[in-house]
This record gives sequence, C-alpha cells and structure tokens, in this order.
Amino acid sequence: MDVILFLVFAIIAVVCAINVVVQTHPISSAISLVGVMGSLAVLYLLLGAEFLAAAQVIVYAGAIMVLFVFVIMLLNAGEEAKKGRSFTAQLLGLPLLVSFLGLMAYFVQRLFPQSTLVHFGGFTGGGAAQIGHALFTTFLLPFEVTSVLILIAILGAIVLARKEMD
Amino acid sequence: MDSFIVISLIKTLVVFAVLMTTLAYLQWVERKVIAHIQVRPGPYRVGPHGLLQPLADIIKLLTKEDLLPPYVNKPLYLLAPFLAITMALLSISVIPFGPEIQVAGYKTYMQLTDLNIGVLFVLAVSSMGVYGIALAGWSSNNKYALLGGLRSSAQMISYELPMSLAIAAPLLISNTLSLRGLVEKQAGGIWNWNVLHGPFPQIFSFIIFLIAAFAETNRVPFDLPEAENELVAGFHTEYSSMKFASFFMAEYANMITVSCMATLLFLGGWVAPWPAEYGSSFVPAVIFAFAGVVALYHGFHPARRRDGYTLPVFGVLFLIAAGVFLLPLVQSWLIPLFWFCAKTGGILFGFMWIRGTLPRFRYDQLMGFTWKFLFPVAMLNLLVTGFLVALGS
Repeated sequence: MDVILFLVFAIIAVVCAINVVVQTHPISSAISLVGVMGSLAVLYLLLGAEFLAAAQVIVYAGAIMVLFVFVIMLLNAGEEAKKGRSFTAQLLGLPLLVSFLGLMAYFVQRLFPQSTLVHFGGFTGGGAAQIGHALFTTFLLPFEVTSVLILIAILGAIVLARKEMD
Repeated sequence: MDSFIVISLIKTLVVFAVLMTTLAYLQWVERKVIAHIQVRPGPYRVGPHGLLQPLADIIKLLTKEDLLPPYVNKPLYLLAPFLAITMALLSISVIPFGPEIQVAGYKTYMQLTDLNIGVLFVLAVSSMGVYGIALAGWSSNNKYALLGGLRSSAQMISYELPMSLAIAAPLLISNTLSLRGLVEKQAGGIWNWNVLHGPFPQIFSFIIFLIAAFAETNRVPFDLPEAENELVAGFHTEYSSMKFASFFMAEYANMITVSCMATLLFLGGWVAPWPAEYGSSFVPAVIFAFAGVVALYHGFHPARRRDGYTLPVFGVLFLIAAGVFLLPLVQSWLIPLFWFCAKTGGILFGFMWIRGTLPRFRYDQLMGFTWKFLFPVAMLNLLVTGFLVALGS
C-alpha cells in the first residue's frame, strides 16, 4: 500500500515538475508547481513527517504559490512564444541530463554508503512537539539566522519598491 | 480490519448525506432569517413554509443550460469549481461531532478520522481553497471575474494571518493539535472552555477568529469578491448551472467548517455548558418541548390561514423530538450531538444575522483593518497568552 502510494505521488510530482517547464503560460506553470508541492507533502506524510507535510501545504502551496498566482494575475502576464531550440541545446541536452543524473546517483551512493532502505512509517519524530523541540534546541541558531535572512529580504523588497515610486 | 472499513464507509455515507442536506437547508434557513430581519415572510410557496424550496433550487440548477463561453481558458475554467468544492468538503473529515459511542457492539468515534495534526489539516485544506476562486476569476477571461478573483485571493491571504495567530493562542493552552484532544481538554463545563478558561481567557482570539472567518468565507461585510454593484457577480460571473452551484455549495460548506472550528477551538465542542449531574442533559428536551408548545399555541391562533394546518404538525414533531431526548438509549450520543449542533448553529445564525444587518466594507478599509488592526491585536494576544502559559507551567 505504502509503495503503491509512493509510486503514484512520486510520478505525479515528476510529471508536474516537467509540466512546470513545458507549459508556455505562467499560470499553468504555477498550478503545476502547486501539484509538485502537494505531492511532495504526501510523500512527507508517507514517511511519517506529518507536521512537515502540513507545513508544506500551508506555507508553500497555500501561501507562497497563491502569491505567485496573484502576481501573475495582477501583471496579466501573457503566453510565452515557443522558440526553436538552439543547435547546442539539441546536441548536448540529453547527454548532459544523463550525466548529471548519473553524477547525482554516484554522490548519493558515496555520501551515504551504509544507509539502508527507507521504511514507510518507521520514522516517529515528525510530530509538532518533536519538530518544535528540535527547532528551539538543536537547530536554534540556524532557525534564528534564517528568520533574520528572510527579514532582510523583506526590507530589501521594500527599499526597491520605494525607489520605483520616486 | 474488515469491520473498520465497513464502519468507516457507513460513517462517511452518513456524514456526507447529513452535510449535503445541511448545505441545502442552510440556504433556506438563511433566506428565512434575512427575510424576517427585513419583515417579510421569505420563501413560502414551495411546500409548507417553503420547506421544499431547496429541492426546487436543486432541480432548477441541475436542469439549467451548462454554458461554456468560447473565450475561457478551458482546463482551468473546468478545474476551478471542482477544486473549490473538493477543498470545502474535505475538511469536514476531521471534525469530531461527539465522543466515543457504541453501536451494535462496535465502539467508534463520531468523527471520520482523528489526525494528530487536525487543526493544521483544516488550515492547509482551507488555504488550498483560494485556488478555486482565484483560478475561476482568471480563467473566465472577463474583467469583472478577474477583479473578483484578485480581490478574493488578496483578502484570503491577508486574513489567513490573523486567523492562524488566533488559532495558535488556544492551542498553547490546550497543548494539542488533535481536534478531539482539544475538546477533551475543555471537558467539564463552560468555565473550562478555551473562551473563558486558562491563564488568559481566549475571548479576544475568539472574536478575531470570527472576524477573519467572515473574510475567509467571503461573507458580508467582507464579500468584496462578489460585490454585485461593482463586479456583476465577481469570480463566478461566467459560471452557470452545476458549476455555479459548486461555488455556492463551497461557500456554505466553508461557513460550516469555520463554525465547527470555532466551536471546537473556543466553545468546547460537544461539551455541555455545565455537568450532567446538575441537569444539563434535560436542556435539549426542555428547549424542544418549549418550541413544540409555542408552535402548537400559534397553530391554534393562526396569523395566516395555512398556519392552522402546518404549525400543529411542527409542534407535535418538536414534542416527539423532546421525548426522544429523554430516552436513555440514545442520550449518550444524541446530547453531545445536540450541544455541538447548537453551538455551531448559533455561530451560523450569527453569519446570517450580520448579513442581514451590516453594509459592505470599502476595499481599502478591508485591507487596512486586517493589517493595521487585526494582525497586531492577534499578535499581542498570542504573546500575552504564550507568556502566561510559560509562567504557569
């Protein structure tokens, strides 16, 4: 059951991810990206990280992507024209993709040689209490630094927007 | 295992049937309530007191011509109503209506499923509901629909923040994310409900939650996305027949969901206002008996000609209901269900009352209100609650 669900949602995620690139209209791409986020959330849920799954849907699919869609709708971005692929892209595209995937597989094998297969539901540290505990003890510094980083990004956006107005 | 599947199927069917009927009749109740606020009788022609009006509406919506305008973005235009209604109906699956009950030897909860992240699940699903409206507005390729969709998504993103902060404060007190766990923590009586209980009574977050809920469900006074004097019908201008009905049903299903959430988070779910040993289990019977007597009295002194036949029937039905509430066999599950429905129904009535009495906000007032007032107040409330909970533990 777990494996079937994993395969279904993994395939949906990959198909949606390819669709993000293939679609010519920004709205369709954004909706495909929502599909990727949603299926990733289901994968987290299968692994036993239920808090992360809910946060994934609330934050990424429910807030960030809604803002994306909102901005695309507001700016009324039109459909992109499809151009013919360049000669180099046609020649090198597929070999580069294959070698990139091969390299990824190689490094994963090298970095985690003795990791066993993942067991669905074997992980139990995914509840809200455990995540909160980890965030405020083990990962306190990265957590706080990230929040400051996001704050700086917001300040930067405000400064840029101010300049436009003058 | 097999009995689990069978029980779950039965429960799903029951909840689905009850939810669909409630959705249809909520519309009737709303029309009646607003009509009486405006001193007119409301639906009165189809069936006694217009009770068959929802059926007539459904037949009308089903048999209307399903138009597909040629200028729409077809896949997204068809996807949008489906998305809206799916997300609206999905969240009812984690709402607990009552405690554990025993039916024919099987123990089961009056809830489809209990997630240990139930609150987050409802938040996640409701945040996905924005897409239905936003995509409907955009894919219709119509300026009014687009403006409605834009307004709606901006409004829902903005009001989600104070709403989430208002939800977080009672969670700090109850210390659980499971909706059933939340209610069990509030057991005992009205002084244990989150709205009055704890180091810091959650009356402010209750009010903030309700205000944000009005905006999240696009109801008056925050129904800018479908402001008919500016935007025709807003995001669903181009929709007809069952696709229009999907948006309509989604709005009412969302209303039910937020009312259930307010009941569970702040008003103690199915818990009676005071313990059963002080006679709270007789309240439903007394209320129904009183309603029956009033209906009988007005039936024998009819204000309109037809009331002489219909009101005595209602009176007898109410008296039978009062009798049913006294049967010990069904009391164990009927009385919690009564309290849950009474609290949720009270909030739903508030929705209708406000629709009948308040005018619409202006758009800049709507945005200024949430960012400059509601959000800081919710933040302050969360800070104070967190501080007091930390001091108390």
